[in-house]
Amino acid sequence: MFVRLGRKGISFVIELGELTIFGAASLGSLFHQRHIFEKLTRSIYEIGVRCIPVTLIVGLFTGLVLGLQLYYVLTKFSSESLLGQAVALSIIMEIGPVFTAIMIVGQAGSALSAEIGIQRNAEQIDALQTMNINPLAFLVSPRLYAALICFPILTAFFDIVGIYGGHLTGVSMLGVDQGAYWSRIYEAVSVKNVIDGFCKALTFGILTTVICAFQGYYTHAKASIPGARGVSQTTTRAVVLSSIAILSSDYLLTSLLLEK
Amino acid sequence: MSGTFLQLRGISKRFGPQVILDALDLDIPLNSHTTVIGRSGIGKSVLLKCISGILKPDAGTISLCNSTESIPQFAYMFQQNALFDSLNVFENIALPLREKEKVTTQNLSKQVNRIIDELGLQNAAKKYPSEISGGMKKRAALGRALISKPEIILFDEPTTGLDPERKFSVFDMIRSYRQQFGFTVIMVSHDVPEVFGITDQVAWLDEGQIRYWGPPNELLESPPVKLAGFLNPKLSTDKPTS
Repeated sequence: MFVRLGRKGISFVIELGELTIFGAASLGSLFHQRHIFEKLTRSIYEIGVRCIPVTLIVGLFTGLVLGLQLYYVLTKFSSESLLGQAVALSIIMEIGPVFTAIMIVGQAGSALSAEIGIQRNAEQIDALQTMNINPLAFLVSPRLYAALICFPILTAFFDIVGIYGGHLTGVSMLGVDQGAYWSRIYEAVSVKNVIDGFCKALTFGILTTVICAFQGYYTHAKASIPGARGVSQTTTRAVVLSSIAILSSDYLLTSLLLEK
Repeated sequence: MSGTFLQLRGISKRFGPQVILDALDLDIPLNSHTTVIGRSGIGKSVLLKCISGILKPDAGTISLCNSTESIPQFAYMFQQNALFDSLNVFENIALPLREKEKVTTQNLSKQVNRIIDELGLQNAAKKYPSEISGGMKKRAALGRALISKPEIILFDEPTTGLDPERKFSVFDMIRSYRQQFGFTVIMVSHDVPEVFGITDQVAWLDEGQIRYWGPPNELLESPPVKLAGFLNPKLSTDKPTS
């Protein structure tokens, strides 16, 4: 049992090392290619623009539920006036970056992993190599930089809609004072809180894009079955690992940021 | 055809315990057409991938003899063409130039359109790979290979999945473009003996090594015993040599 556990541990460390090298090589290769702006624009459309609807919908409903739940808790302490503060801080510091990242992984991350996996199976990545085109620069790095741009922007959208959702339940439905709701937010939320949220969004952006691209890129080596089922296997793994990475890194980041 | 252009010495490649290439030696003459034949799964595509650099051999050297450049201009035509589904035929052919060379849009269009005209793909230029026939895909893949003016083109079973008529038209296409553009061809093919009509020499790969290398007519006249059955069951009963 210990031998198996040891082997698993070693393979985990090796994969982590490969992932880090893959991510660093992708980040470094953006400027070693032509037509960067065009590729970046296309990637921003895929990761950013196409994820706006799902981000807004999830943001709104999260805000609505949060408003309802927190109102229920705060009434127990006769502190309903703190609703705005509680909703805003929860969303800006925690729920916004995490939920946005999970939504983007579900939509764009899975698509990225599947697309690169199919390209690997169809020998298109090998074809790039024979054409002397760096596959990481061509396929991964524009997406990585697009993620760095899109994750914070989509998080900001989520935050705004979520806080408005909390306002809808708290103020419009449950009768919390509108002035108290907004003034509490204004008083409690600092620039640091917003920056911390964006730091999380950037970290999640890098982590999830690298994980999804890595799983697709090495689908021939990572999947136990070749072909379409192999791609489905690595796509699923990409989403699961990304979600774990988001939540575990969130814990670490929160610990670090709250200590400051 | 002149002296050796590409020299492979002691090329070995294994996947886990399975030895695919075992200290293989092969000489490729300049401007020649060499066809690698052998049973399925024997390692022919692995050999091509080692030559092109997609796979790294575990041992051995691949060196150039008569090239001015240290690294030759390779082009690789994949079995399934490996065209990008999201790019149309024009964009697929333009890809190597667009990504690697400093060319103006006008110059790029001129070069790509010339290739498209030569390959008879005018009507398919704006179509996506999913919208064109198998033969057109082959021509588009060949166009993408030709655009960067390679010294060597590696063909991995270029006639897979084509009917006999299309098969011969692909062979004719390879022969005529080789004459026109003057590149060296290394091809993996199962189309024996049809492929012998366009090839200068045949390399028979078996058990990780080249067991026969020479002109196809000599091979047909006196095939080694083991190869005779592979070539044609009828040939094996003629006059095999050991």
